[in-house]
This record gives sequence, structure tokens and C-alpha cells, in this order.
Amino acid sequence: MSRRFTPKIVTANRLREGDVVYLTAGDTWSPLHHEAELIEDEAHAQMRLLHAAAQKLLVVGAYLADAKAGPNGPEPTHFREEFRTRGPSNYPHGKQADLAH
Amino acid sequence: MYSYSDFDEAFVRARVAQFTSQVDRRLDGSLTEDEFRPLRLMNGLYLQLHAYMLRIAIPYGTLSPHQMRQLAYIADTWDKGYGHFTTRQNVQFNWPKLPDVPAILGALADVEMHAIQTSGNCVRNVTADHFAGAAADEIADPRPYAELLRQWSTDHPEFQFLPRKFKIAVTGSPNDRAVTKAHDIGLRMIRNAAGEPGFEVMVGGGLGRTPMIGVTVRDFLPVADLLPYVEAVLSVYNTLGRRDNKYKARIKITVHETGAEEITRMIEARFAELRPLFGGNDQKLLAEIREAFAPPAFRNAPVDAYDAFYKADPVFRAWADTNLTEHRNAQYSIVTISLKAHGATPGDATSDQMRLMADLAEKYGHSDLRISHEQNVILPHVHKSDLPVLHAALVKAGLGTANVGLLSDIIACPGMDYCALATARSIPVAQELATHFEALKLEHEIGPLKIKISGCINACGHHHVGHIGILGLDRAGVENYQITLGGDGTEDAVIGEKTGPGFAYTEIVPAIERILRAYLDLRLEASETFLQAFKRVGMEPFKEALYEAESEKDAA
Repeated sequence: MSRRFTPKIVTANRLREGDVVYLTAGDTWSPLHHEAELIEDEAHAQMRLLHAAAQKLLVVGAYLADAKAGPNGPEPTHFREEFRTRGPSNYPHGKQADLAH
Repeated sequence: MYSYSDFDEAFVRARVAQFTSQVDRRLDGSLTEDEFRPLRLMNGLYLQLHAYMLRIAIPYGTLSPHQMRQLAYIADTWDKGYGHFTTRQNVQFNWPKLPDVPAILGALADVEMHAIQTSGNCVRNVTADHFAGAAADEIADPRPYAELLRQWSTDHPEFQFLPRKFKIAVTGSPNDRAVTKAHDIGLRMIRNAAGEPGFEVMVGGGLGRTPMIGVTVRDFLPVADLLPYVEAVLSVYNTLGRRDNKYKARIKITVHETGAEEITRMIEARFAELRPLFGGNDQKLLAEIREAFAPPAFRNAPVDAYDAFYKADPVFRAWADTNLTEHRNAQYSIVTISLKAHGATPGDATSDQMRLMADLAEKYGHSDLRISHEQNVILPHVHKSDLPVLHAALVKAGLGTANVGLLSDIIACPGMDYCALATARSIPVAQELATHFEALKLEHEIGPLKIKISGCINACGHHHVGHIGILGLDRAGVENYQITLGGDGTEDAVIGEKTGPGFAYTEIVPAIERILRAYLDLRLEASETFLQAFKRVGMEPFKEALYEAESEKDAA
């Protein structure tokens, strides 16, 4: 029996700004993790990653990160990905500030 | 200080122009990320967790006020109003945007600075004792040698694609403040029996996943042989170093696998070939460089005001006791400005603080600033009579913390708050340790202590040579912190010993407190430092203090 596939999202950094972004089901890049497409199928995940990696003028370093379904959309499962959703802990910089207003 | 020659100027400008066009080509799609990545890294530009990061070299940690002001300007114009000084005497900006980086490099070139060779498998920024030219125990200023090495290694055609990165540190004093034994090449100035200065050459030191103390390959190298000898070391490493496995590619592994005796023989053989090829131009250049590092015109003035103030003001006295170091001129002091205010991010300075330090250096410090590998800023030459007014100005700007060499003077790498390689956070651990012990008012009682924190096995935070080292790891998806004790980064360098199982994020500060309370209980007298006590009693009492509480919990 094959192992159960852990759901994924596609994430990357914007080429120009370096900001963390997530690939949505509508093929746009969102700064919000919960707007990402939650991918539950391995083959589909690979297709979406290829699609992301092809967008060379928009993003850098696209990869698949583990995620889980939450009430408002996908949530990160690992602390690294959680930090990426908000920014550093020593200053109110990054998303936690940029998205607050 | 050293000023760029026309050659240096043209070289740095040409590189800015080159990189400007490379960024344009990346942004218009002519370069892929795979093609662009090595080019941006050659110019110090990384992509981190939340943004790009630009790493700028501060050769041998020396800055002019003019340069410091330009860093402040860059911070305000293209970043978020602050800079982060690192353990390799570099400064990092955490939020530059790719299209702005060429302008930043241009602004750096305007003040004779650059980000060249701050990444990649080449000879990195050559570091030196931050008290160079001022320390009372110094044989000679190490910076002319560091500058010679910088010029020689910049764009050196043979050494642009080494098996792995290569770090050189130089100290001009027998007392090592530059952690030379943890570098690929460490150069420690000593005198031979005839009283002539030379270098003890250590090779193959390094921290990271395989920490090693450098092996002495030459007890005494005459200063005139420096370049051919360093070239011989690089040449042997370039041939022998492993390119099949990134984790075994540093020279420390080459030294380990080849054996100290054999590698010494190979270096000496190569040196014998290279030495005759150096016809003396290097020495001419060195003589010119040396002139640029001539000591300032020291003032001769009474120091009574300092003595009176020291007696009268306890706050000033506390600061003077921790943050001043003996200068070679008895009327002067070396001032360490702490970038470790309790609860602040170690090594960070705001643009306002940078400008103030630049102003103070100009007014009271013979226009000289240094960045230490311990992430503080140094004013190496301050007349003692100026210290009270200098201290008052620092206090006003939040830069007057009297904690140099104490518990809260912590080295911490950026960790998972910024770094893409990190496995755990380190900055908040440093912040909490500092504020926790400040609340307990214990750090002065604990006395000299070096805590060093790394957020991953690569050990940018030098945890292996901390008296207390903390290493943040990812254990099954949770931050976990491993403790080492007894490390030492001086001329008696020792790699710290692991205590045992690590601690969760919320447990690490209480764990450090247990270690330090055990130390306070077992020290023979107040003057026995933590490191001395550890050397005397060993690991057991600390282990007991550390894990006893846990086993009681288990038993309950």
C-alpha cells in the first residue's frame, strides 16, 4: 500500500521584491497562505510546481510545502512555513506589518 | 586608513556596472535564475526567508565615519532603517529589493566599499582583531597584512572556484581576539627568539557541522613570506580539496584526511616553488599599505577629569569597567559600544545610531570605527578625558549598555527569523536570555561569560566556542536547542562539549539559568569565571543541574 500523500501548497518568493507568495487555484500569486491552492494529489502537485517554476519573471525558488486544511483555507504544518507567513519575530517587518492595513 | 588606488576604484566600479547589467538581464528574462544565482552570490546578494539580503564586506572590520554614514543612508533609502553587523565583520541588509541592488552597490562604491566575495567558494572578507592598532598587547597592526591579503585574493584567477569558501583571520597580538584557530587560515603574530615579528600559521580550523581547531603548520613565518606561504596553502587545498561532497569540501577535512604532517610537507614544498616567484613587489606594496595605517596623532592632555568622574558616577563606572579596554597609550582607552541593549537584536544598529557613532568617532575617536566579530562597534582611540561626554551621548541613543563580556553580550546569528538555511530561531533566544537575567540582576554577579547562539549546524553564531553554546535544531518539526559547555575562542581555543539532550524553545532559558545557578553555587570565589570553574569541575555538576529537574518530573 502506498503512503498517504501529505497535502501541499506551492510557495515561492517574488523575483523583484523577494516577498513570500503562494500559488492560488486561479493561477495567481497571493501573499496569503490561506488563499493557496491545497493540493491533495501527488501528480497534480508536480504539475502545479512545474507551472510555478515556469514563471521565471515572477517568482524564484518555487517549492512544495506541507500544509493542512483549516477553516479559512490551507494552514502551514511546519514552524518554518508558519514564520514565512508573517515575517521575523524581532521586528514588526514583513507580512505581519505589510498586510495589517 | 587605507584609501582605494585608481585600480581598486576602477575594479569596483566595473563590477557595479557588470552587475547592473546582469540584474537588468535577469529582470527582462535573458538570464534564468540558475544562471543569475551564482552572479548575484558573487556580489553578496542572497535570497533569504522573507526577502533578499545583501552582505557587504567591512575589510578587517575597519570603517570610517563617512562609510558608516553611507550605511545609514542605504538603510534609510533602500532598506528598513537598520543594518545587522555579523560575526564575520560584514554588515547585512535584510530587505533590499532586487531592482535597487545596483544602486546600493553604486552607493557603496562611492565610499570605497563593496559586496564582492562575501559569498561563493572564494577567499572571503579577511577579518582581523577589532582592537588592531590600539591594543596594549599588540606586536604590530595586523590590518596592513589583511589589506595585502584582500588585494591579493580579490578576483585572484586561481582561487575563484575553490572546493568551498575560505576564511582568513589575522591577529597582531599573541592574545587572540579574532578566533584565528577557527578559520581556514589563522595568522597569529608572535616574536621569534631574535625578537622579530612573524606569524604562527594555523590551517584547517572551522566550526560548522565538523568543528575543528586549526593545526599549526608553521610555528614562525617571517612576515615577508606571508603571501607566497598563504598562496601555497590555497594552492595545495585547491588541488587536494574534495569537490565530490559539499560537506567534506572545507580545508579542515582536507587537513584531517591528509594528516597534519603530510599537508605541512606539501605546503612547504609548494612554498619552496612559489617563494622565488615573489620578486619583492608584494613587499613594496605592503610598505605602501602600512603607511595608510599609521597611528593617529595622539593628544597629550591630562586625564584627571576621567579619574574624578570614574570615582563620582556609578553608572559611568559600571560602563567603564565592562566596555573599556587598555590602550597602548596610557592616556587613551579602547571603547566598545555595545549593540546588545537588553532585549535588542544582537548586532543591529539603526540608521540614527550609525550616524551618531560616526559623529562620535569624528569628534572623539580620531575618525576610526571598528566592527567586532562579537557584533559590537569599537572606537579604538578615545582620549580618557573625553570618555564622560562620550558615554553620556551613547546613553542618550540607547548605546550605553554596560555589558561587554557579560552574559547579555551574546553572539547570535540571524537564525530562522531571516536565514533560509536555519533550522530554528536564535535572535529571540538571545533577547529572552538578556531580559531574563537583567530582571534577575544577575549578570554582573555571574561575571565574564560568552554565550553564543547558532540557528543551525553551520555555526555562524560560533556556538562551539561559546563558554555556553546554544545550537537550534529542528527535531521532528519542533525547535530544539542543544547546549555545549566549555568552548573557548581565544588562543587556547577549545570546542565545547555537548551536555546531552536538547531543550524546547520555552525550556532553553530556564535550562541556562540552572547551569548558571549551579556555577554560582560551586565557584570557589567571585573571581573564578564560569569557564575557569568549568575547567576545574568538568561537565558533571552542570549536567546534574540541567537534567535533575527533568528526571524528578519523570519520577513524579
